[in-house]
Amino acid sequence: MVRSYIPAEFIVEVDHEKCRRCKRCLLNCSFGALEFKDRVTPLHEQCVACHRCLTFCPEGAISVEANPLGFKYSHNWSPQLRKNIWKQAETGGVLLTGMGNELPYPIIWDCLVLDACQVTNPSIDPLREPMELKTFLGSKPDFLEFDTGADGTLRLKTKMPPQIAIETPIIFAPMSYGALSFNAHKAMAIAAAEFGTVLETGEGGLHRDLYPYKDHIIVQCASGRFGVHAEYLNAGVGVEIKIGQGAKPGIGGHLPGEKIGEEISKTRMIPRGTDALSPAPHHDIYSIEDLRQLIYAIKEAIDYKPVSVKIAAVHNVAAIASGIVRAGADILYLDGFRGGTGASPTIIRDHVGIPIELALAAVDDRLRQEGIRNQASIIAAGSIRSSADVAKAIALGADAVAIGTGALIAMGCRVCQKCYTGNCAWGIATQRPELTRRLDPEVAAQRLVNLLHAWSSELKEILGSLGVNAIESLRGSRERLRGIGLDALTLDIMGIKPAGR
Amino acid sequence: MWLKNNPRPDYNYQKDISGCGLAGIIHRQRKLIPGSEIVKSINLMNDRGNGLGSGFAAYGIYPEYKDYYAFHIMYGERADIEGVERFIRENYEVAKIERIPHYHVSSIVFHPRLRRYFVRPKKDRPDREVAELSDDDFVVRTVMKINVEENGAYVFSSGKNMGAFKGVGFPKDIAEFYGINEYEAYIWTGHNRFPTNTPGWWGGAHPFTLLDWSIVHNGEISSYGINKRYLEMFGYRCTLMTDTEVMAYLFDLLIRKHHLSIETACMALAAPFWKDIERLPEEEKMALKSLRMVYGSALVNGPFAILFAHSKGLVGLNDRIKLRPLVAAEKGPLLYMASEESAIREICSNPERVWSPRAGYPVIAWLEEEGTGITAELASISEGASLRL
Repeated sequence: MVRSYIPAEFIVEVDHEKCRRCKRCLLNCSFGALEFKDRVTPLHEQCVACHRCLTFCPEGAISVEANPLGFKYSHNWSPQLRKNIWKQAETGGVLLTGMGNELPYPIIWDCLVLDACQVTNPSIDPLREPMELKTFLGSKPDFLEFDTGADGTLRLKTKMPPQIAIETPIIFAPMSYGALSFNAHKAMAIAAAEFGTVLETGEGGLHRDLYPYKDHIIVQCASGRFGVHAEYLNAGVGVEIKIGQGAKPGIGGHLPGEKIGEEISKTRMIPRGTDALSPAPHHDIYSIEDLRQLIYAIKEAIDYKPVSVKIAAVHNVAAIASGIVRAGADILYLDGFRGGTGASPTIIRDHVGIPIELALAAVDDRLRQEGIRNQASIIAAGSIRSSADVAKAIALGADAVAIGTGALIAMGCRVCQKCYTGNCAWGIATQRPELTRRLDPEVAAQRLVNLLHAWSSELKEILGSLGVNAIESLRGSRERLRGIGLDALTLDIMGIKPAGR
Repeated sequence: MWLKNNPRPDYNYQKDISGCGLAGIIHRQRKLIPGSEIVKSINLMNDRGNGLGSGFAAYGIYPEYKDYYAFHIMYGERADIEGVERFIRENYEVAKIERIPHYHVSSIVFHPRLRRYFVRPKKDRPDREVAELSDDDFVVRTVMKINVEENGAYVFSSGKNMGAFKGVGFPKDIAEFYGINEYEAYIWTGHNRFPTNTPGWWGGAHPFTLLDWSIVHNGEISSYGINKRYLEMFGYRCTLMTDTEVMAYLFDLLIRKHHLSIETACMALAAPFWKDIERLPEEEKMALKSLRMVYGSALVNGPFAILFAHSKGLVGLNDRIKLRPLVAAEKGPLLYMASEESAIREICSNPERVWSPRAGYPVIAWLEEEGTGITAELASISEGASLRL
């Protein structure tokens, strides 16, 4: 076999003075980067920096460093580009990757700053005063009609469409059972139920063991229709039609046959060992009117619970969003170009789509201009990395945000971007039983609850410093944002002023 | 300059910030109260303002023109008048045009040209060819049009049988300037302003009005950004660089356009907390839950105390955690509200009841009205009665 030209990305160092040759690292490495030849010997080329070995080495004997190998400098021909070409020259294939866009595009979240109260309006202490994050996802009427009962109490005459109530404006993003392990799915379901938010299933159906979490689940119906049946559609508080995904707009999905074991086979309703191929488009949706028909077909099936439509943020997103809302969607899920994936062609992940910040601002504006903003809630996603991103997304106009990568990191993910290999050493993005059992759903759920708790507490601090005590007073309130280092046109698109104004 | 700053794109405005004092009186049996009363009351709270804005709203002052909309318009230059008056004559039956009476006051060196118009939309006005607006809607549209498009003109009052009088100065100066003592009204509100920026703009003084609604406000609306964008969805244009106008427009939208009761509208603006809503009986819980879900963007967050006057009564309202002062007092058919108790006692030395309204609970006083079933008894004061917490 011809030796690969591609140098190792990482160098694994084992301190043989400290090493007691217990081989725990070998058991933990799922990428075959460690061997035992009278002592632990690294195979540097295989290492992905998942940190599993060094986390579990009882002697602290292992370290992983980026390979310092020198490349002749070229600003244009970065080492990464050279490696990509070597890989393609060796294989002739499309390069695959996992997680989200990693190229150094400007991160607009980091160019936005929040306001705070000083003197003229008092800030509010969330430890002493009520501070409300409760959020309702779903279509709202433009106005309400009331009358009064015999005893003078207020009574609602308008019929309110069903809503999905969440205790914090953060939900778990759709990541399929198949891309993720059952334990990862279960951890998110437990956490969603405990904290009072929802988990989106992603396109791989819902394992029957998770049906008891139905009050905290939004089931997804994607182009492959995997695991979609009447009971499934009603196994949550709403249904999402997935049109696109920020990491790979316009691209379908492919779950290789080796991941289709007994349980996934049952859940997805496909034979064991067959590849699960999601078509790029829905083959019954070639136009907006087709989408409308599917939305209403689903609504008929689920007693008019909220239907969400998820799209990737692309150039014309505002007009598309308007069409989707007019087509009857109750929730619009916008996924920016940094959104994650279990597997995507690298070239698509890194070069297609637009940032969520701009897409969200454009969509919120357009729906307001058309007077239909009440008709749908907006969920923003595509790399929400902290509670500050949550606050900024809400100020730009989102009703809530979805976290995918963030939730995986909370469970242990190292963002090594090897989800597509099925070798996830942390038991998250894998179906190998010896790996999936590494993730204890109860422990992972607690870590997720802790994250939601931490971010929600931080959100309350942010609201308090802004002098408001309800999340709806920040929602769409772009006056509380300022831009730093953004050009005039970008500021204009986002409807915010530069810092200092 | 004292009329209007340069026009701005929608989001690129400078928000005005101000602290304030306010006072209001209503005689529920429509007995006229001389202007000197409100002037005395607001003057006592002189230190709540800094001389950069003051104003009054009076109801029942134009009985001879009570069926006409009374437009109070300020103009920067003489040349600004022509275009506006041409528009008015084209679209309105004009009963009277006159200079708003005003007097020389040594501390007020510059002031805009002030004119008032008693008008009624023409039945065959030009827009009828393409639109079916009610008279009120047409007046709202006129106000928005003049305030947005006519750079040198600003409509600061547009209701029937009521008027706003405001400008840059301490209350006593503005009162003297407009001769407030010469007016008699059954509802009065007054305002003393302490702006911390954009000084010297006459349009920025309170009250803010639209049709019969008038608002005097002490506070800063921390949710201004979303309140404004919400109103824009319904065609309102917030032009005055100050957050108080959103209050006036929110009341107009919720009460006049969406037909919510004043009480319900107040519960949208100063919404009860979820924890309190959860404790209500099912039907009421659903009503208030829906109110918050649908009108979340109308929740006015941040410190405020307002007096909101309209053709049928007077309302006092605090933000939901009462971050600004508001005191109420009652004596017979008279209800007083003010930022400080002293301002009430200045004009009513022995009130029957003095109280501090609860956070978020409106104090609502109705005028007695012939033929509408609002008798003296019904015209009593209610305080957030529908929310039994």
